[in-house]
Amino acid sequence: MSSVISLTGIRRVFSMGDQQFEALKGISFSVDAGEFVAIMGASGSGKSTCMNILGCLDLPTAGSYLLDGLDVGGMTPNQLADIRNKKLGFVFQGFNLLARTPAVENVELPLVYAGLHSKERRQKALSAMEQVGLSGKENNHPSQLSGGQQQRVAIARALVNNPAVILADEPTGNLDSSTSNEIMGLFTALNRQGITIIMVTHEHDVAAYAGRQITFKDGSIISDSQTKRTS
Amino acid sequence: MDFLQTLKIALRALRTNKMRSFLTMLGIIIGIAAVIAMMAVGSGASYVISQQIASIGSNIILVLPGSTTSGGLRTGSGGAQTLSSDDVKAIMTDCPSVAYAAGTVRSSGQVVNGNMNWSTVIMGGAPELFEIREWPVVAGRSFNQQDEDGAIKVCLLGQTVAENLFGAADPVGSIVRIKKIPFTVIGVLERKGQSPQGQDQDDAVFVPLRTAQRNLVRSQRTGIVGAIMVKAKSEEVINKAESEIQSLLNQRHRITGGKEADFTTRNLSEILAVAEQSSKAMSLLLGAVASISLIVGGIGIMNIMLVSVTERTREIGIRMAIGAKKNDILWQFMTEAVLLTMLGGLIGIGLGAGGATAVSRMLDWPTLISPQSIVIAFVFSGAVGIFFGFYPAKKAAGLNPIDALRYE
Ligand SMILES: Nc1ncnc2c1ncn2[C@@H]1O[C@H](COP(=O)(O)OP(=O)(O)O)[C@@H](O)[C@H]1O
Ligand SMILES: [Mg+2]
Repeated sequence: MSSVISLTGIRRVFSMGDQQFEALKGISFSVDAGEFVAIMGASGSGKSTCMNILGCLDLPTAGSYLLDGLDVGGMTPNQLADIRNKKLGFVFQGFNLLARTPAVENVELPLVYAGLHSKERRQKALSAMEQVGLSGKENNHPSQLSGGQQQRVAIARALVNNPAVILADEPTGNLDSSTSNEIMGLFTALNRQGITIIMVTHEHDVAAYAGRQITFKDGSIISDSQTKRTS
Repeated sequence: MDFLQTLKIALRALRTNKMRSFLTMLGIIIGIAAVIAMMAVGSGASYVISQQIASIGSNIILVLPGSTTSGGLRTGSGGAQTLSSDDVKAIMTDCPSVAYAAGTVRSSGQVVNGNMNWSTVIMGGAPELFEIREWPVVAGRSFNQQDEDGAIKVCLLGQTVAENLFGAADPVGSIVRIKKIPFTVIGVLERKGQSPQGQDQDDAVFVPLRTAQRNLVRSQRTGIVGAIMVKAKSEEVINKAESEIQSLLNQRHRITGGKEADFTTRNLSEILAVAEQSSKAMSLLLGAVASISLIVGGIGIMNIMLVSVTERTREIGIRMAIGAKKNDILWQFMTEAVLLTMLGGLIGIGLGAGGATAVSRMLDWPTLISPQSIVIAFVFSGAVGIFFGFYPAKKAAGLNPIDALRYE
C-alpha cells in the first residue's frame, strides 16, 4: 500500500514576542491509504497543531509533508485552499456547521467552492447524507438536530468531496458516550469502505476503534502501535 | 465559485438579519432619495426658467428710458419719456444686427364687455412686437401695418382677459370698451403663462402702438414710447446688436463724454440665462449636499459590515477550512455590501421619485426625474457599496483560518 500522508521531521515553532515555543519537535510518521489512525496524548501535547498542519491550515516551521504524493511545503494559499477542498475532509469537535443553513446545504458547501453545478452538488450531498444515515433530515437547520446528528452532517460534509483523508479533531469531545459510540461506528464503517481517517482523541475507548494509535507527549511521538512504517 | 451562488449566500446573510439590513440600508435610502428628489426639483426649476425664456422669445433686447447706475439699478425711469417712435425707426434701419424693433407703451385700466369688466394691463405695440415675442394668435388675426398707420381702434386679447370677459364664447368681432373707448376685438393671443417675474402674461390687452399713443396714454410729445423691444438677428450677434443700439441712441440723444445716458438696454435672454445657470448651480449644490448623506450612509454600511465580519469569524473559518479561497470570501462580503447599497438605492430611487411627484402635485411645481439621474443614483449607490464594503471584505478575506475557526 502507498502512503497517503508522509511527515518527515516536522517542527512547529510559535513565537510570541521574544518568546518561542516549540509545539512540535521534529515528528515523522506516514499513513497508508485505508488506515484508521488515532492520535492521542495529553492536552497541550501538540495534537491539534499536528492536525492543522495535516489539514493544510498551517505550515510547518521545518520538515516536509507529502500529501497524496504532493509536497505541500511550497504551495500558495490558493493551492492550499484547493488541497483542503479536494483532498481533505474535516470533522471538528464543535461540529462547525453554518447556522441557519439547511443540513444539505452545509454538506454541499465544499462542492460549492469546488465549482460544481447545483444539480450535481445536490445529488452528491444527498448520497453523502444517506451514507451517514441522515436521510430525511436534509432540510433541518443545525439547531433542529441533535449533537450526534450535527456531527453526522459534518461527516457527510467531510465525505462529499471524496477526499484522500478525513481529519477529525476530537470528533466525540462534545458528545455523550452512547452517541460517541454511534459516531465511532460510523467512522469504522466508512473506514471499512476504504476511507483513510486520522482522528485525535484523548479517550482510550474511542481510540480503540482505530487500528493504530500514535501517542504525543510535549511535541514528540512517544509511541506508535504500528511502528513499522515510521521513518 | 459562481456568481449566482455568491449572490445566494449574500441574500441569505441579509435575510437572516432583516431588521439590521434595513437599518443599515436606511442611510443609503435617505441619501439616494434626497439626491433624486433634489435633482428632480432642481431640474424642474431649470425647466420652468427655460420655458420662461422661450415664452419671452429668444434674442430679445429691451430698451428702457432712464439711466442706470453702475450697479445695474435703473434710476429716475418712472416718468422719463426719452424714447420715441423715431428711435425705433432708426434702430430698424441703422443697426445691422437687429431683426425687428417695436415700440411699446403701457397703461392699465378697465376693459368692459357688456356687463363684464376686467382690470388689466393695456399694451400698445407695433405689429412687429408679436414677431419679436413669437406670440401668435389662436383666433382671428394679429395687427397689420394698416391698423398701425391708421391708428385703428382694434385690439388683441390675452387668454386671461378673453376668459374673464367672454367665458367660453368667441370674442373675435365683438366690441369692448377700453378706458371707455370702444375697440373691435380682432384676435385672441396664444397662452403664454407666467413671466420670469411671476406675472400672468396673458392678463393683457394689446392695441396698435399709434392707437395707444393717441387715445390711451398721456405724453408731453407725440410719438413717445415707453419701451423698445428689439430682436437680434441671432444669438451670436445679440451683444453686437446691443452695442449698436447703444451707440446709435447715444448719438441720437447727443450723449457724449461724462453725460449720463437717458436710456438703458437690457439683454433679457442673458438675464434669464444667468437665472438658469444659477438654478442649475443650485440643484448641483443640493445634489452635493444630498450626496453627503450618501457618504454618511456608506460609513454606516462599513461599520455594520465590520461588525458582521467579526460576528461571522467562525463562519469564515469554516468556509476557508473546506476550500474557500481568499477571493471567495472577499467577493462574498463585497457582494453583500453592494447588494445592500443597491437595494437601498432602488428603494431610495422609488422614494425620491415618489416624494418629488408628491411635491410637484401639492405645490404645483414641476419636477423632472430624468432617466440619467436614476442611472447615476443607482450606479452611485453601487459605488458606495464597493467603496465602503471593500475594507471589511478585505479584513474578512485576510483572516487566518485557524484563528477564525477557534474564534468564540
Ligand atoms: N497559535 C499558537 N500560538 C502559540 N502557542 C500555541 C499556538 N497554538 C498552539 N500553541 C501551543 O502549542 C501547544 C500545543 O497545542 P495543541 O496542539 O493545541 O495541543 P493539543 O494536543 O491539546 O491539541 C500548547 O502548549 C499551545 O499552548
Ligand atoms: Mg487540541
